[in-house]
Amino acid sequence: MAKKSTPKSTAVIGSLAKCPTGIRGLDEITGGGLPRGRPSLVCGNAGCGKTILGMEFLVHGARDFGEPGVFMSFEEGTEELEKNFASLGVDLQQMVKGGQLSIDYVHIERSEIEETGEYDLDGLFVRLGYAIDSIGAKRVVLDTIEALFTGFTNTAILRAELRRLFRWLKEKGVTAVITGERGDRMLTRHGLEEYVADCVILLDLRVDQQVATRRLRVVKYRGTTHGTDEYPFLIDERGISILPITSLGLDHAVSHKRVSSGIARLDTMLGGQGYYRGSVVLVSGTAGSGKSSLAARFVEAACERGEQCLYFAFEESPQQIVRNMASIGCDLGRWQQKGLLHFHASRPSLYGLEMHLATLHKQVALLKPQIVVIDPISNLTAVGTGNEAKSMLTRLIDFLKTEQISTLMTDLTHAGNSIESSSEEISSLVDSWICLRDIEHQGERNRGLHILKSRGMPHSNQVREFLMSDKGMDLMDVYIGPAGMVTGSARLTQEALERANAVSSQQQAQRQQRDYERRRALLEANIAAMRLEFETTTQDMHEVLAQDAERVAMLEQGREQLARSRKADAKPAAAAAGAKAPAKKRQ
Amino acid sequence: MKRVGSSRGAPKATGNPSKKCLLKLYVAGASPKSLAAFANLKRICEAHMPGEYEIEIIDLLESPQLAKGDQILAVPTLVRRLPEPIRKIIGDLSDTERVLVGLNLKAGTA
Repeated sequence: MAKKSTPKSTAVIGSLAKCPTGIRGLDEITGGGLPRGRPSLVCGNAGCGKTILGMEFLVHGARDFGEPGVFMSFEEGTEELEKNFASLGVDLQQMVKGGQLSIDYVHIERSEIEETGEYDLDGLFVRLGYAIDSIGAKRVVLDTIEALFTGFTNTAILRAELRRLFRWLKEKGVTAVITGERGDRMLTRHGLEEYVADCVILLDLRVDQQVATRRLRVVKYRGTTHGTDEYPFLIDERGISILPITSLGLDHAVSHKRVSSGIARLDTMLGGQGYYRGSVVLVSGTAGSGKSSLAARFVEAACERGEQCLYFAFEESPQQIVRNMASIGCDLGRWQQKGLLHFHASRPSLYGLEMHLATLHKQVALLKPQIVVIDPISNLTAVGTGNEAKSMLTRLIDFLKTEQISTLMTDLTHAGNSIESSSEEISSLVDSWICLRDIEHQGERNRGLHILKSRGMPHSNQVREFLMSDKGMDLMDVYIGPAGMVTGSARLTQEALERANAVSSQQQAQRQQRDYERRRALLEANIAAMRLEFETTTQDMHEVLAQDAERVAMLEQGREQLARSRKADAKPAAAAAGAKAPAKKRQ
Repeated sequence: MKRVGSSRGAPKATGNPSKKCLLKLYVAGASPKSLAAFANLKRICEAHMPGEYEIEIIDLLESPQLAKGDQILAVPTLVRRLPEPIRKIIGDLSDTERVLVGLNLKAGTA
């Protein structure tokens, strides 16, 4: 495994001093660079990038680490080199003038040379020594020293001299890169690996399904650990970049901030706040299920917040995307003009996966967006094998996560496959996975959306209907009835039915209420009538009692008058008991 | 820079300038090979073109910058600048036949 180190200065691991190459990725693989003060061998077939690697080693050394270098070319002339590297943005002439670089073109013309007797290669030593001393070089590249074998026939002398040369380079204390052509059974055609034993790097250019991929492998590196895998690399206008998977660890910072998906209802489903910033969202679905639309809305929402977005389109041209999204109320063209949204469209088959990865890298590094959309990733398998695509996406995801970029990838699920199978098998790498699917029911297709997973947040387990119209997009509840899930027209019917039901039940309740009120009023009327009757009766009763008492009194009075008139001798003791007392009183 | 005079010695007389052979011998210090090369060269020149040659000896240890101009890798290297074309003969020049072929003298003197 590659050790992660900071190759900013001479990295010392253990006792072995290293000389950083400054080439992206190579220092990670080698744990800091090439062995300092020793020669390293870079071998490979024609056209696999040996010269560029060598020259970059010198250019970075001179520019970034303050170590001038000597480039001894046995193949290309100085002018050719200058032209070639101008296309990589390196002005060799300027560097030579500035004393940072010395280029010595060694031209060997076999036809001019006649060998007579003993000789040695002191001339080469003198030239190299002079070049090194004149600019105080710390780095040397010999490209390709095997050309000597074509110039001189006496290989015994040549081999002895090469051995001496490498020993001499070590004594000089320069870090040297020696390039060599790949041999049939050996690493190099003339067995240079015998002499340069400290570090051997093998470059390779393989064509697979008409797509060429460059690969680099550290064959050996004495006295240090190094990445042993074959690492894909590429050469673009910025030179070599090697993209080792293992150079990116799982130790990137995470954010607790959230970022809206652009659809309020979807945010609600995602724990109320949307995705995590810096997370990777996979939107998978069958053809026409609305993946790109979801992506477009995500981008639009981000632009509305003023964030930079980068949209990698592998299927449609930017113009087509803008036109199509406008039809669902998503005006991407506006943001494109404002410079917040950038499209990068290319056919997946345009170049190899590694080149795609590098392009993504480069664009992201250039624009530093907050949001990246890749639409779709499923097309990438067309270029490489499934494994390669997965490896590429792994590295891409690692990279984007390290940069804290929120990423949305769409993935076309093929009909027949399980809806939960993503073609690139990257489901374990993504943080949120949104599944779009077609729901066919009663002669129509509708779109369903559900969240398959969303790490680190409570998310809805419900299937929602995904609606798109010229007003935009929204999510609706679906109805789950005895006949299954109901969407589209059936849902509308269901809704109408429910509305009707609601109205009728409301009416019924009102009727009932009126009924009760009537009965209550009736009862109240009854109560009033009875009370009236009660009062009348009470009054009658009092009247009767009063009349009664009056009558008794009048009777008593009458009897007394009668007694008096009859001159009753005795007290009318025999008079009725009831009448006695009042009689006495009155006496 | 150039140690020209010391070894030009006796065969300096230049009979015909147009036919004159301009020779440069690149060496690195006074090594046995260098000395042998110079001795052999002088012998061959005296034998095959007396008075029609000029030898310049360049010690690369003293003037290393000159190695680039004539594309010198091996030493000793004998470079015939004139007449054209440029010919290079490397080694201690012990193989007289090959030196003569290299200097295009073989055919003329045979």
